[in-house]
Amino acid sequence: MAKLNTRPNIQDPDGFYSELLMLHDGLGKAESDRVNARLILLLANHIGDRQILTEAMQEALKAATEGA
Amino acid sequence: MTQGKKIFEVPLYAYKRAPDQDAAQPVHRPVVVVGAGPVGLTAAIDLALQDVPVVVLDDNDKVSFGSRAICFAKRPLEIFDRLGAVGPMVEKGVTWNTGKVFFKTRKVYEFNLLPEAGHKHPAFINLQQYYLEKYLVDRLRALEAEGRPIELRGRNRVEAVGSHEDHVHLEISTPEGPYELTCDWLIACDGANSPIRRMIGEDFVGRVFEDNFLIADVVMEADFPTERWFWFDPPFNPGQSALLHKQPDNVWRIDLQLGWDIDREREKRPENVIPRLKAMLGEDAKFELEWVSIYTFQCRRMERFRHGRVIFAGDSAHQVSPFGARGANSGVQDTDNLVWKLKLVIDGLAPERLLDSYDWERVYAADENILNSTRSTEFITPKSETSRLFRDAVLDLAASHEFARPLVNSGRLSTPSVYDDSPLNGPDAEGLPARTRPGAPACDAPTAKGWLLERLGNRFCLLGIGVEVPDTLDVDGVRAEGITLGADEAPELRARYLGDAARAVYLIRPDQHVAARWTGFDEKAAQAAILRATAKG
Ligand SMILES: Cc1cc2nc3c(=O)[nH]c(=O)nc-3n(C[C@H](O)[C@H](O)[C@H](O)COP(=O)(O)OP(=O)(O)OC[C@H]3O[C@@H](n4cnc5c(N)ncnc54)[C@H](O)[C@@H]3O)c2cc1C
Repeated sequence: MAKLNTRPNIQDPDGFYSELLMLHDGLGKAESDRVNARLILLLANHIGDRQILTEAMQEALKAATEGA
Repeated sequence: MTQGKKIFEVPLYAYKRAPDQDAAQPVHRPVVVVGAGPVGLTAAIDLALQDVPVVVLDDNDKVSFGSRAICFAKRPLEIFDRLGAVGPMVEKGVTWNTGKVFFKTRKVYEFNLLPEAGHKHPAFINLQQYYLEKYLVDRLRALEAEGRPIELRGRNRVEAVGSHEDHVHLEISTPEGPYELTCDWLIACDGANSPIRRMIGEDFVGRVFEDNFLIADVVMEADFPTERWFWFDPPFNPGQSALLHKQPDNVWRIDLQLGWDIDREREKRPENVIPRLKAMLGEDAKFELEWVSIYTFQCRRMERFRHGRVIFAGDSAHQVSPFGARGANSGVQDTDNLVWKLKLVIDGLAPERLLDSYDWERVYAADENILNSTRSTEFITPKSETSRLFRDAVLDLAASHEFARPLVNSGRLSTPSVYDDSPLNGPDAEGLPARTRPGAPACDAPTAKGWLLERLGNRFCLLGIGVEVPDTLDVDGVRAEGITLGADEAPELRARYLGDAARAVYLIRPDQHVAARWTGFDEKAAQAAILRATAKG
C-alpha cells in the first residue's frame, strides 16, 4: 500500500517554491548540488519511514524516465 | 625488536619427511586440510579436538607474509576460546573502543564501541595475523603432544586433485619429491587464489574495486592513542582516504587510498612512501617500515562451497574488501559451522546432506559480508560524481547533526550472521528475546558457574533456564547434554534468554548457534529438533 503522500500538502506553495530557489541564489552549480544533497538527507531523516523514502525515490525516478 | 628475526622470517613448521611419503600405495586419510592460514589451522584444531584424524598441508612453512588481518572480532575470539587457543591472543592483542572520523581538516565525530557488559571477550582486538597464526600453530602442537590425531606438513604443495564419488586423490610435491594421498574429505583453505578451486574447474570472477591502497605497517614510538582514526579527503592525501590503527609491539597499520591510475611499482618504493607517511604522521615522526604493499580488493564468492567431497572455507570460497574486517573473521566461522557437521557424517550419525546446510548457512553469511563490505567500499571510494556528492554531504552534516553519523560508513564491524530460515532450525517460541532466536549464535552471559559460552559448544546442549532439563537426551545416536540454570543467576542471562518469560529451554548446536527454543521442556519436541538440526528430521 502506498504511503507516500502525493496530494498537495504544502501550505503556501508559491512561497515555498520561491524560498527553495532563493536558497540557491548566488551559488555556483557545484555548491548548489551540495546544498541539494544536504537538503535531501535532512528531509529523508525527518521522514524516517523507509517505505515512504523508497516510494519517493521511485516516484522521482519515474518522473525522470516518463519525461524523457 | 628488529634485532632478532621476526616471527614471519623463521620457519614455524619446517619441512619434515612424513612416513606417508615412503608408502608403496597412497595412504588414505579421513580428512586433509589444504592451507595453514587462519582458516585451515582453525579447521584442523577443531577436527583434532573431535578426534577426527587430520593432516594439514601447506606449500609454505612460515606464518603469513605482508600486511594482513589485524582486527579480530568477538565471535571469532569465542570460537578460538572453544578451541582452547584464545588466551595468548587476547593477552597480546590491543583492545580499542574509540574511533574517530575526520573529513578534510576537521574531526567530524568520534564513536565509542561501548562494549556491552556481561561478555567474556571484548568486541574487538587488534593483533597481527602472524601472531594469530603462531598461536594457532602453538595450539596445534600442544594437541599433537597430547596425542591428538593432527599433523602439519610444511612445504607440501598440492599439485593436483581428483575428486571421486567416494574419495579424493591428491598429488603433493615436497622438497624431496612428490607423493600421493587419498582422503574421504578435503577442506580447501588455500586462500584467495585457491589452486584447488582452479583444479576442480570452479574459478570465479567478481567485482574488482578499481582502486589501489598503500598498506604500510610501521614501527614507531608514538603517542597517538589506541584508537581507530579514519580520514576522508585529508590534506595529506587529497581526494582519497586514510586509516591509522594500532597493533601490538608499537606497530601501526596505515592504509592510504591511492586511486586507480598509478604506477604501483613506483608508489611502493621507500623514497615515495616515506614522504607520504611523514605528511600524515608529522615531519619529525620516527618510524621504520615493517611492510609496504599495494593492494586492490574484490568482493566475490563461489556459487557453492561444497563440491562433493571437496569443501571450500575462508578466502578460497569468498573474498571481501578489508573494510569491516570480515575476511579471516568470517573464514573462521565457516569452519566453526563445518567441523561438527563433518564429524557427525564421518561417524555415520548424520546423512551427507547435513553438509549441504554448511553451504546454505555460509553462503548466506558470505552474501551478508559481501553486501556490507561493498557498501563500505562505495562510501570510502565513491565512484561517481553523485556518489561523492552524497558522501561529502553526509560528512559535512555529521559534525553538527547527529542523524548523519550512522550514515558514515568507514567499515561496519564484523558481527556473526544469524541463520534465519536455515533448514536446520527448529521451532521458536513467542515472547523470547530476538537476539537468541533460532539461527543466532548463543550470546555470552555470566552464570553462577562461569561464562555461559564456556559451558556450551563441541556437542549439542539442552539448556534449561528456570526449568529442569535431563542430564542427557539421546536420539538416533546423537546425544545432547543437559544444563540447568536458574532464571536469576544473572540479569544478563535473563535479558538475553528469557526476556519477560519465566523459563525457557534452548537447544544449542555444537557451534554454539541456537537450533530451537521453547518455553518449557518437552522430550519429544527436543528430540525432533535434534533430528532436524542433524538433517534427519
Ligand atoms: C591488507 C589486509 C587487511 C586485512 N584485514 C583483515 C582484518 O582486519 N580482519 C580480518 O578478519 N581479515 C582481514 N583481512 C583478510 C584476511 O587476511 C584473510 O581473510 C585471511 O588470511 C584468510 O585466511 P585463509 O586461511 O582463508 O587463507 P590464507 O591466509 O590466504 O591461507 C591460505 C594458505 O594456503 C596455502 N596454500 C595455497 N595454495 C596451496 C597449495 N597448492 N598447496 C598447499 N598449500 C597451499 C598458502 O600458503 C597459505 O598458507 C585482511 C587482508 C588484507 C590483505
